[in-house]
Amino acid sequence: MFEAVFITIATAATPLLIAAMGELVVERSGVLNLGVEGMMIMGAVTGFAVTLTTGSPWLGALAAILVGALFSLMFAFLTLTLVTNQVATGLALTLLGLGLSGMIGESFVGRPGIKMAPLYIPWLTDLPYVGRLLFGQDPIFYISILLTAGVAWFLFYTKAGLTLRSVGDNHASAHALGINVIAIRYMAVMFGGACAGLAGGFLALVYVPQWVEGMSAGRGWIALALVVFASWRPWRVLAGAYLFGAVSIGQLHAQALGWPIPSQLLSSLPYLATIAVLVLISRNRRLTMVNTPACLGQSFVPDR
Amino acid sequence: MSETRETGAAPLLEVRGLTKVFGQLKACDNIDLTIGKGEIHALLGENGAGKSTFVKMLFGSLEPAAGDIFWNGAKVAIKSPGQARKLGIGMVFQHFSLFEALTAAENILLSLDDDTSIIEIAEKAHSVSKAYGLPLDPYALVGDLSVGERQRIEIIRCLLQQPELIILDEPTSVLTPQEADKLFETLERLRSEGKSILYISHRLEEVKRMCDRATVLRHGKVVGHCDPRRETAASLARMMVGSDVVTAERPPASAAGGTELLGICGLSRKPAGPFSIPLRNIWLSLKAGEVLGIAGVAGNGQGEFFEAVSGEALQESADVIRIRGNPVGRLDISGRRLLGAAFVPEERLGHGAAPSMRLSENLLLSRFRTDAKAFLGRMGIIRGEPIKAASQRIIKEMDVRKSAEDPEAASLSGGNLQKFIIGRELDRKPSVLIVNQPTWGVDAGAAARIRQALIDLARAGSAVLVISQDLDELFEVSDAIAVMHGGQLSAPIPVAEATSERIGLLMGGADSGHDPRQSGEAA
Amino acid sequence: MRIELVKRPQHSRLFSALSPFIAFALTLVAGAILFMALGKNPATTLYYYFIDPLMEMWSLHELAIKAAPLILIAVGLSVCFLSNNWNIGAEGQFVVGGIVGSMLPVLFPELKFWFVLPLMLVMGMAGGALYASIPAVLKVRFNTNEILTSLMLVYVAQLFLDWLVRGPWRNPAGMNFPGTVRFHEYAVLPELLPASGRAHWGFVFALIAALVVWFVLSKTLKGFQVKVLGQSPRAGRFAGFSSGRMVMFAFLVSGALAGLAGISEVSGAVKHLNEKLSIGYGFTAIIVAFLGRLNPLGIVAAGLVLALTYLGGEAAQISVGLSDKVVRAFQGLILFFVLACDTLIHYRIRLVRPRAAVAGGEASHV
Repeated sequence: MFEAVFITIATAATPLLIAAMGELVVERSGVLNLGVEGMMIMGAVTGFAVTLTTGSPWLGALAAILVGALFSLMFAFLTLTLVTNQVATGLALTLLGLGLSGMIGESFVGRPGIKMAPLYIPWLTDLPYVGRLLFGQDPIFYISILLTAGVAWFLFYTKAGLTLRSVGDNHASAHALGINVIAIRYMAVMFGGACAGLAGGFLALVYVPQWVEGMSAGRGWIALALVVFASWRPWRVLAGAYLFGAVSIGQLHAQALGWPIPSQLLSSLPYLATIAVLVLISRNRRLTMVNTPACLGQSFVPDR
Repeated sequence: MSETRETGAAPLLEVRGLTKVFGQLKACDNIDLTIGKGEIHALLGENGAGKSTFVKMLFGSLEPAAGDIFWNGAKVAIKSPGQARKLGIGMVFQHFSLFEALTAAENILLSLDDDTSIIEIAEKAHSVSKAYGLPLDPYALVGDLSVGERQRIEIIRCLLQQPELIILDEPTSVLTPQEADKLFETLERLRSEGKSILYISHRLEEVKRMCDRATVLRHGKVVGHCDPRRETAASLARMMVGSDVVTAERPPASAAGGTELLGICGLSRKPAGPFSIPLRNIWLSLKAGEVLGIAGVAGNGQGEFFEAVSGEALQESADVIRIRGNPVGRLDISGRRLLGAAFVPEERLGHGAAPSMRLSENLLLSRFRTDAKAFLGRMGIIRGEPIKAASQRIIKEMDVRKSAEDPEAASLSGGNLQKFIIGRELDRKPSVLIVNQPTWGVDAGAAARIRQALIDLARAGSAVLVISQDLDELFEVSDAIAVMHGGQLSAPIPVAEATSERIGLLMGGADSGHDPRQSGEAA
Repeated sequence: MRIELVKRPQHSRLFSALSPFIAFALTLVAGAILFMALGKNPATTLYYYFIDPLMEMWSLHELAIKAAPLILIAVGLSVCFLSNNWNIGAEGQFVVGGIVGSMLPVLFPELKFWFVLPLMLVMGMAGGALYASIPAVLKVRFNTNEILTSLMLVYVAQLFLDWLVRGPWRNPAGMNFPGTVRFHEYAVLPELLPASGRAHWGFVFALIAALVVWFVLSKTLKGFQVKVLGQSPRAGRFAGFSSGRMVMFAFLVSGALAGLAGISEVSGAVKHLNEKLSIGYGFTAIIVAFLGRLNPLGIVAAGLVLALTYLGGEAAQISVGLSDKVVRAFQGLILFFVLACDTLIHYRIRLVRPRAAVAGGEASHV
């Protein structure tokens, strides 16, 4: 029982974790990309379509990553090269993604997809108790954990990570030192896009292997909230993602158990939980001010 | 004065015809300059003369429109700061290029082009800081450090790269006189080691004292090369400004002493943000007819103090601040203005004025309440004509130079915008004026006009409080000077008794040995 | 080629006026390419999108029906966006306005008097405003990011609506279809010109709201306050404006207008409450607000244009067999181009060839 619950929680948490981890890197570089939802749904539809046409979920996941990154490039061009307002442009990306994905996915509605098979590691997966828990998950689960460790290592133990953080802290200083602020932000935004794409791919390849219009259902926004909740720290994002995974699985189980609470009200729990968590975190102004990248959301035009 | 070219070896740096254009403006126009090895070369010019633009081209952060740079006799194109560092050019920025959320060592690491570990950096930084007498904790967060400490990081960061030429942009503008003396010692030492220094300043005394040669810029052009030691401060100033420099006239204050217009009794304030300074038990009394100066190194609570006095931040009790005898601690900024107070903040763009709004709209910004009868109709409808007329009146009165009839605030030069903002408040004939950094980044002509206007306002019976980092300015306009350090305010010292050394010690945090409660009587 | 931005000393009035048109033209070009990619004749498809719906009277009425909520919501959003408050939960406020306004005819169907309709409208506005006040209060009181909270509340409102119309408010005689009873005549927003089409008073509300908000924004101190606090909050504080009160003001105004849009849609166009009320007007209105350059009068025009894309989408589906899903992609493109073109207002764009930087003369200006 516990095993099964944990695995479903992990399945609910993984897309949030991957998308939030990408956005964390983007925001650490000083860019606020509110288009996560749009990039995610584009990843979902691409992942599903490519998997169905090629028969390979791996190719599907790869395509989802590529499309996420390419889609974020549009955002990067507008906000970084044309210095448009980041909030408005992020919204535009989300609206465009929801629209485009609906159009692309129309012919795939109702068709059964192909699920990415869980990893089976001989011997390890067969271990009693922890075997299936730790070594029998789908491959993207492992990618999400590696991603967390990788991002944490990159940001805090490499010079490139330090440079990225410096750009988010003070772009004018970074520019004065000869750091190419715009190039770094382009890369960060595309990394975020790739992650959101993969997260979307996961939804259509593992979570529910089929295409439903708008299937990201606000997960991109919850991922954004997770970054704030985690005060821009990778391991806290992991904790937050699993907390949210637990809430959404919990409400599903409550629905299945036939509690006398209407299913719609239970379904709104993750959203209400997001609000509650945001309020709790942001109440502490001092804490959020210290941790927020100082240049978050600000445009930068280098003088030459 | 003509340039004396050294014979034999090529100079370390030679610049010919360097030009930079921003839009219509020639920020640097055909600049020539030569720096020899082991020379401290001054680059003089007032605000807006093109000094910063020029050195940014030398450091590779700006691309020249025309001109050549020769390094050790060979022509080079410096495309990036990284390339400048590789050549051996180091830079200490005026507005530091530091990152508040990172440690000192991380800040240093970011400017090194090879990959070194933080521990190595910390060790190296430690040895350099010991060698040059520049104490530094490599693991401290920059956001927690004072401006002087931040400058030390910049200097150490620069020295770690073993530069041949060090560029310092207005390094003493953020230091106490004593800290500046220490900096000069460091510079002398560097010269004795054969390093060259390009020293940018508008402070003539220190240039005369230290520099071997000087190049003077005005409106982007070189107006002369000279040996500063053979010049007087006045002759240098004339070269910089192009005409005789006017200092403000300060007729003696009336001996009787006026009534108290601004009283502050035990003002304290908790820090508002992660890196801001708490205010601690500030007492002050300002009388009609008087100019009181508040000196202090940047970041010692001046901004927080200004917000508290202006009413942008309210006090816990009404009695803490009195304007014309009224307790105003719980009144907002509009309420305080209605009692006759006026305020000019440090930041012109984004605080004193909304950058993308027109001057007439910016007039309304601080006066919609005090001049509601003239400027607003029924239901809060804005009356355009009287506002336009008033803003034209101010523009004329303060000689604000602009490019359009009613331009956006951001399109004005710093000096002209400051004249407008100060004029906007003077136009009301306030009985109390509180102004933070009145002439920061303003050209000499505008600065002289602003200072005279402040004195004239006081002599006409108002009380003026001037917060400034510029000691020369405070000596010029104030009747008495108090010093702010670490969120505390010293007792005011009558200007006749104040020396730059005495004020400097207080700016550095020396104990004034004075109970703040009695400060009211000292002025 | 490298793109460089050069800041204009003053913002360009020419491009302020032109940018929405350039953006729209670019969208048409992109749309034509999109249609071609989908194997449709671009000229015919564009005709069905933008011309055909304007050719018949009943269709113009439909245009007014679709434009009304878009304009109402976008006008409110302009106050929010100008004051730098990012209310993106208008969809939720629209839904709640519809729900609260429907309480009278659904819960008290026996109440049949002339005052029912005005009361419904007021309740709809109050409901929307109240729902919008949640993110506003959280922002003022706890510094919580209003973008995320207002958006989360959209999902909550949609789920709540779904539960209501399938559960407690379901029409017992509705054969198990989700939805309330049909509203009685005192609860229905009258049609403007019943002889020629269905357009109802919602469109008039939209025009009035646009005019009033335009006047407040451009002529009064309140409007000045909105702009100052939006552009430079510190200067606003220096002026003595309260940013907290502005947050409340902006959210309440936009919530009330979204709520009015919601109840007008329910009582004017649908005539009962069902789960399909939320079809994204609240999000499309964001596009309308930006296409109208956050000016209420511009928003009226922009609202009509976006409403046209809805009708055009239907027309194109019937006549050339183009999926109606294309509409939303198309709308998303508009916003992208609008934002990109707004750059021209504050910057000149230079295309610089990599090696020609020093020569200066080789850069071409736009």
